[in-house]
Amino acid sequence: MTGARRPRAKIILAKPGLDGHDRGIKVVGMALRDAGAEVVYLGLHQTAEQIVHAALAEDADVIGLSVLSGVHLDVSQELIKACHAAQLDDIAIVVGGTIPPADVTRLRQLGVRDVMPVGTAIDDVVDRILTLAAEETRP
Amino acid sequence: MTDQQTAITTDSGIPLDPVYYPDSVAPDLASRLGEPGHAPFTRGPYSTMYRERLWSMRQYAGYGSADDTNARFRYLLSQGQTALSVAFDLPTQLGFDSSAESVRAEVGRVGVAIDTVEDMETVFDGLPIDQLSVNFTINATAPIILAFYLVAAERQGAKMADVAGTLQNDILKEFLARKTFIFPPDHSIRLVTDVVEYASEHLPRFNGISITGYHAREAGCDAVQEIGLTMASAIAYTEAFMARGLDFDFFAPRLSFHFSSQLDLFEEACKVRAARRMWSKLATERFGAQKPNSARLRFFSGCSGATLTAQQPLNNVVRSTLQCLAAVLGGAQSIHVMGYDEALGIPTEESVRLALRTQQIIAHESGVARVIDPLAGSYFVERLTDDIEERAWQIVRDVADGGGLVDMLAAGIPQRWITESAYRYEREVASGERIKVGVNKFVSDDIAVPPLFEVDESAGDRQRQRLAERLARRDDVAARSALSELDAALRNGANSMPYIMDAGRAGATLGEIADTMRAVFGVYREPQPW
Repeated sequence: MTGARRPRAKIILAKPGLDGHDRGIKVVGMALRDAGAEVVYLGLHQTAEQIVHAALAEDADVIGLSVLSGVHLDVSQELIKACHAAQLDDIAIVVGGTIPPADVTRLRQLGVRDVMPVGTAIDDVVDRILTLAAEETRP
Repeated sequence: MTDQQTAITTDSGIPLDPVYYPDSVAPDLASRLGEPGHAPFTRGPYSTMYRERLWSMRQYAGYGSADDTNARFRYLLSQGQTALSVAFDLPTQLGFDSSAESVRAEVGRVGVAIDTVEDMETVFDGLPIDQLSVNFTINATAPIILAFYLVAAERQGAKMADVAGTLQNDILKEFLARKTFIFPPDHSIRLVTDVVEYASEHLPRFNGISITGYHAREAGCDAVQEIGLTMASAIAYTEAFMARGLDFDFFAPRLSFHFSSQLDLFEEACKVRAARRMWSKLATERFGAQKPNSARLRFFSGCSGATLTAQQPLNNVVRSTLQCLAAVLGGAQSIHVMGYDEALGIPTEESVRLALRTQQIIAHESGVARVIDPLAGSYFVERLTDDIEERAWQIVRDVADGGGLVDMLAAGIPQRWITESAYRYEREVASGERIKVGVNKFVSDDIAVPPLFEVDESAGDRQRQRLAERLARRDDVAARSALSELDAALRNGANSMPYIMDAGRAGATLGEIADTMRAVFGVYREPQPW
């Protein structure tokens, strides 16, 4: 694991939209905690405004979304717009879930920093999120 | 072999001997087995099982607008599918109309959108309801969906006595694992009870609830926890129904169950044998069943999406075949087989057909359906069935000691059991201790992706258009008056079903009916996971 000497990474995790499949996001949350990160899980049905509000209040480095209902493009776009409106442009947004390969590129084009579809190894997910967090916290 | 060597266990951690002998099995096996169709039902709920009638092949389907789903149902029936299973989109499951601004992107996405009785009529257009058996995967809004279906049946001229099928209507497992709850637990259970009472009185061929371990399993718990939590749910519901004043033998014969079928072939087959025996004991010893049918557990087996992999997706065909086989060896009444592409998206028509063909090959070519309970008498199978039962009873006791399932759920405790189990599984895959072919072993560079299902982005707009037309045509005064009568019934404790049906007949929408319920019951927010 990278970055033991940098400040503790702070990660917001949230389920936007109506999807209730929360096995993946909870497992990611537990793995991030075990890797030393501070994790705030906002829970289900989070709107872009609620997520941005929490990211500001918590001074988070990374926002992780999990979507298994197919609306990843819509909710990511809304979140990026809301972050922009709140002048939260430097926060890294990552998205996981049932993401068809073609949409990985589309999400990146929208401004999502990393995409972790079903099948991404858990240690890989943790490394990639913590690496992004380290970039965000670098002075 | 050394003492240091890690014990070999089943997937749920039950230690396994290298080989089993007659004395591996506790004495008096015959009384633990009984005859097929007789208590304690270990060998199956019916005396003839698949020799008289195969299981129902019930592929879960639904997407887009009501006519899209109608077309997929006609296709599946034309391919030899024997029963229908409706998937609803998330707005329908969570009580929103397709026109609600906050849910626009979700309309028709993971299932069909139902806003009004007319949508339900369209789904079953040309499909005679009185000759079908239909499964509805719906929970928080189950009373509304059942009411709309019954009104659609009535408009087709069907008799209520001929309406057959199953409503999932298991709200406890929504709090536990599936997460499409709306109202707080006590009000939710009241609605479940309204449905079960109504169905027991009016719908002799309809199962008003399917008590489900499937979703807890998919969310990460093991086979023993799945059975233990399902029995704890069955106890909680039975107590609620009896508190309403319903006689156990009045509703119990129509209780149905739903389990997962994963990859540990023997454990999966033994698990459901143990579950049948447990329910038989609960029904007779705890709830005083007088009718034999009250103690007979019938179940739907959903194979497992969580065990499928995005890598090398064709491998999932093999996984699903094993899961379906386990369900058949365990004596399932109906089975769904996953599409091999479901780790990547909604299954295509081709993958759904292959899933159905998987069932048909097991049914008609493998020979496993020719003998009832073919695994019985194996020293290993009988010992494992006993071990699973013993461990699952411990979970039932743990839940009782924690104040019953409803209180435990409010505290978030069983949810944590599931998450911890899911995390353990993921760590085992990461360390290589648990092998997933194509994921952490036998990995190939071939990353070919099969053709994926393309969502019709216009479905949501078409659905909103239809809803607007219907609202423009309806008698608003009649709809509002039906909703206010429903409001009164919700407040005074009357069975809400007739009022929901009246609202549906008057053209009230699913969202309006759910809003009426929200105003009376409030909404639920779940506890923190850690």
